[in-house]
Parts: sequence; C-alpha cells; structure tokens
Amino acid sequence: MSESIKVFVPRETSAVSLGADDVAVSIQSRSSDVAIIRNGSWGMCWLEPLVEVEVDGERIAYGPVTTDDIDDLFEADFLNGGEHKLKLGKVGDIPYLKNQDRWTFRRCGLIDPVSIDEYRANGGFEGFVAATKMGAAAVIEEVRKSGLRGRGGAGFPTGIKWQTVADAPADQKYIACNADEGDSGTFSDRMLMEGDPLCLIEGMMIAGLAVGANRGYIYLRSEYPITREIFGEAIQMARDSGWLSQNILDSGFDFDIDLHIGAGSYVCGEETAMLESLEGKAGVIRYKPPLPAIEGLFGKPTVVNNVISLASVPDILVQGSEKYAAYGVDRSKGTLAFQLAGNIKRGGLVEKAFGLTLRQLIDDFGGGTASGRKIRAVQVGGPLGAYFPENLLDTPLDYEAFIALDGLIGHGGIVVFDENVDMAAQARFAMEFCAIESCGKCTPCRIGSVRGVEVIDRIVADENRDGNLELLAELCDTMVDGSLCAMGGMTPFPVRSALKYFPEDFNRPPGPEK
Amino acid sequence: MINAYDKTAASELINEIGASPEMLVQILNAFVEKFSYISDEAIRHIADEVNLSRADVHGVVSFYHDHRTAPPGKRIIKICQAESCQAMGSNSLTAHAEKALGVSMHKTSDDGEVTLEPVYCLGNCACSPAIMIDSRVYGRVDAKRFDDLMARTKG
Repeated sequence: MSESIKVFVPRETSAVSLGADDVAVSIQSRSSDVAIIRNGSWGMCWLEPLVEVEVDGERIAYGPVTTDDIDDLFEADFLNGGEHKLKLGKVGDIPYLKNQDRWTFRRCGLIDPVSIDEYRANGGFEGFVAATKMGAAAVIEEVRKSGLRGRGGAGFPTGIKWQTVADAPADQKYIACNADEGDSGTFSDRMLMEGDPLCLIEGMMIAGLAVGANRGYIYLRSEYPITREIFGEAIQMARDSGWLSQNILDSGFDFDIDLHIGAGSYVCGEETAMLESLEGKAGVIRYKPPLPAIEGLFGKPTVVNNVISLASVPDILVQGSEKYAAYGVDRSKGTLAFQLAGNIKRGGLVEKAFGLTLRQLIDDFGGGTASGRKIRAVQVGGPLGAYFPENLLDTPLDYEAFIALDGLIGHGGIVVFDENVDMAAQARFAMEFCAIESCGKCTPCRIGSVRGVEVIDRIVADENRDGNLELLAELCDTMVDGSLCAMGGMTPFPVRSALKYFPEDFNRPPGPEK
Repeated sequence: MINAYDKTAASELINEIGASPEMLVQILNAFVEKFSYISDEAIRHIADEVNLSRADVHGVVSFYHDHRTAPPGKRIIKICQAESCQAMGSNSLTAHAEKALGVSMHKTSDDGEVTLEPVYCLGNCACSPAIMIDSRVYGRVDAKRFDDLMARTKG
C-alpha cells in the first residue's frame, strides 16, 4: 500500500477568508492518495491560501491558490513538486519567513494545530516538564531574567507580575489570558491560537504552576469564530490526554482552562473590564488599585497576561532566558510578532527581535503599499496608537523609542495608509471609536470623546478654527490626564499625532469635497 | 441554526452553560446564537434562572454590541469599519453595500433578508477590507466580490 501524499491547507482565518476550505475540498475530491492536513498559517497572508505538498520529506509551497488553479496544478503534477507559476519552492526558503526570528511562532504553520503528537514531536510540553523540575521560584526567576514584557500593549514586566501574584496569600488564584485582540491591524493572538493552540495552553499551565493557580480562563473575542473552534478542540484534547487534569505528570499540580467568549466590546480588552466580563457583568472598568495581581478575578490574585506573553514562556524555559534576552535592544528584550496590515503589498505576521526600524518592516518585508502610491501615514499599536509620517519611519521598534515620540508599539499592529488618507477624518474616527466603545465609567472618556468628534467637525468646517483647535488640544489634555484607563487616556494619541504631523489636513478650505 | 424562542430549550441551554450570574455573558451569547436575539421574555426567563433582577440582566444586554434585542434579517452582514480596512477602502465598500442591499448601517432590509452592521476588526487586517456574513469571514472584498458573495450566500 502506498502512503498518501501530505498536502497542507491552512485552517487559519485569513486563508479561509480567501477560500482555503474550498481549495482543500477541491484537492481532496481530485485524488484519494492525498491526506489533507489543515495546518496553521505561516503568516504570509498575501500568499494565502498557501498550499504545501510534502515531497521527499520537504514541504514545497504553492500560492496563492484558488479553486480555479486546482486543475492546472494537478496537470503540472504539483503532488510531486511539479513546476507551476504558483510554485514558491521550499516554504522555509521564502525570504519573508527565512529572515524572521521565530520564537513564539516557531511551530505555527508547521504542525497540525490539533495534534498532541505533532506538538510533542516538535518540543511541545518540554517547557512545562522543565517547570515541574525547576520549581515555581526558579520559573519566575527565568521569566524575569528573560526581560519578557506584556505583549498585550502595556509592556509591563511579566516576571514581576507573576512574582506579585505568587507572593499574594490566597486560597484561590487564577490565570486569565486576554485574547480580546481588538486593535485594528493586529491578529497575532488569533494566528497563534489557530496555529499552535497547545503552546498557549502550556504557557498558562506554567504560569499556574509558578504562581500557585489551578484554574485558567481565556477571554476570546467573538469576532474570531474559527479560533474558538480550533482552541475549543485543543482544550478538549489536552484534557483527554491528561495534560489538563489533576496531578499532571505526578507533579501534584492540577490545572484546567475555561474558554469564555466576548460579546463585541473593545473595552473588554482592558484588563479590569475583561475581569468584569469574565464574571458575567458589563465590561465596565475597575479603579486601580487594587491591581488584578492582588484582587483580580472574583476578588482573587490573578495573572492577567496576553496570549503572546504566555505563549513565549515555554521556550524561555527550554532554551533559557539568556537566549531570549539576547534578542532585542535595551529594555525591549526578545521578539515581537509584528503584524503588517492596511495598505501593504505583503501583509502578514513578522516575528522579529526588537530594534529594527518601521521602514525595514514596511519596505523589506511588506514591500510598500498595496496601491503602489506613496506612504503618507502609519498607525502603530492599534486605535490608541499614534500616526507617524513618512520621515519618522526610521524609528527603531523599541518600547521606549516609541514612548519618546508620544506613541506606542502596543500589540505590534502596523497599519499603513497611502497618500489618499485624510488625517482629519482619521482623527475624527479615533474620537468616534472612543465614543462608541467607551465603557462610560469616567467622564473624560464618555463625554470627551463625543465632544471631540464635534470639535473636529467644527475645525474641518472652518468654524472658528483657531479657537476650536485650542479647545481640541485642551480636550486631549483632559482625556489623557483624567481618564481612568487607556481607552480615554490614549485616544488623544492618534488625534494629537494627526494634528502635529498632518496639520494641513485640518486647514483645508471648507467644502463638500475632500 | 436559528430557532424560535422555546422556554424548555432555553432552560436546557442555561443549565448546560451553568445557571449562575458569572455565566451571564456566556448565556446571553448562546441565546443570540440559538434564538438570533434576546427578547424581553428571554430576559425575564434568564433573570429567574440565574437569580438576578431583570434590571441586572438588561444592564448587561445593553452593554454589549453582540446582544441584539430585535430579530435580525436572514443574513447578517458585518463590514469592518476599523483603521486597517479604512486604509483599503472600507468606507466606499460600505457605501456600495448600503446601495446594493438598499439598507443602511444598523438596519434590516424591509423584506427581512439582510441586516447590515459595522464591526470593529475581524482580525483579518492583512487582507483588508474584511467582511463577515453570518459567522464566516471574507477578505479583500471589493464591490464586485461583495456582489458575488451576496449572490453566493443567498439562501
């Protein structure tokens, strides 16, 4: 009996959004010798659906493949690596992938995301095994030494957060993973959870062991139905195979995870709003202090970490904190999964050590704009991040360098706009989005955002422009200084940057056309 | 599959998820999935089952965008309005959709065929603009692809 040919067709959202499901069905219907594996994405979204065929132990890629190409591909004998205009060669040789520093995403695209065997065969659960041998204190020390900072956006040192929870006396503690990835231009949490879900589960297990928590929650946004499906399967498999259970590996450590789904609220990505939502309530933010590390979920000490922070930990324990910390610059250690989005030719996920410039990412990896027109503005870090003009693209990607420019790296989302963008409209949208998504608890955010939209409308309409520009600056100050959380407190960042770098867009003669 | 409201099925759903206040958001999500919206009757029922006041349940329902309180059209079309999709023309796509479907944002067409809604990021930002039809995401949607998808997904 001849062995079937392995063909990989991603089950990941971007690939599926461009027809990967139909491509998989079409290939399978043409040949019974084919075993289709629904892998994660390598993150090269512009090549999706990226189909790979295993030939003599090598994976040969073709893409982007649509159902219209299938007849042609069979004719070209792609199952044996035949020549075809869509042939890309060995997937690992594609420069976009080859030039990355894959750490957290090293298995993403490679394995079947819902196979415990493949996960283990590629180093899976080795971090947890190491953690059981090292003990809790040594695990926290390793995470601290790695320099890992929260990848959700705030950049707080993960090791210090874990230490705080470990030191808090309590009968019950929790690990709460924030997978409410709401920033436009970001999708790394989704790709990790769709491509290597067990890695996140392992990261949560390690966090639980380190701080003394036996229960984890994942708060996943509702806009990610495929992620929910894949991750749900992964949790079930981890339970069935004894990785999420009692007395795991005879370590005396118990752990289980509940998956909660959000309900379309951006502010629930703020950690205390997320905790409220996990408790079944409206996602209204809490005053801090107390910090969630002291009084978090159900009033108990809780580690709230982003997906990527947690998923980076298993390999830190396996390969060592020094190796992780060797990546990056200054206080921005390790790698970040940057996401290239918006008007970009080669959009996708690029995991790189901190320190390269925005321009290197956008030009070398991204290939410039999709439209072919000149870049005018780049928003980094989601809807609360600043817009940068072309002449600041040589800024190195490092947390402190961005803070110095009144911006943020946030969760690593990079949205490119070409010269057709109207920056006054973008500033207005920042305020409008805040008005739509504000939880309503504090006045600067709830009312300030509504007034912000109105003031920008008056500026654009040339109603007392100077006076209204001054008013807008004051309003931004009030929101920054007086808001309780980042929603109201950082909405002025994109507004101020638009005013500072693109003043001409606020000074156009009024008129119906833009 | 969307079903008409059925109190027995609703009770089963609540008990399956867990009839406690901390599961309220999850219960409401499940109600939207099963019954397509949350009716006043459903709010009364959930309040009884999880031992909260109707005001408490209403407060949560009114907070979340997903917890719709009126029946939607047969198909729910969500068009991403966030920055990445804006950079790739989601504003003109939205204008096209409103015209092609004869319905404005947040509204259901008179014939009950479609509901058009904004969404703020589907996480498909490398393939903007993105839309969602019921629970399926589609990428790189221009006006022509939008029309094709509407024709293809028509029940």
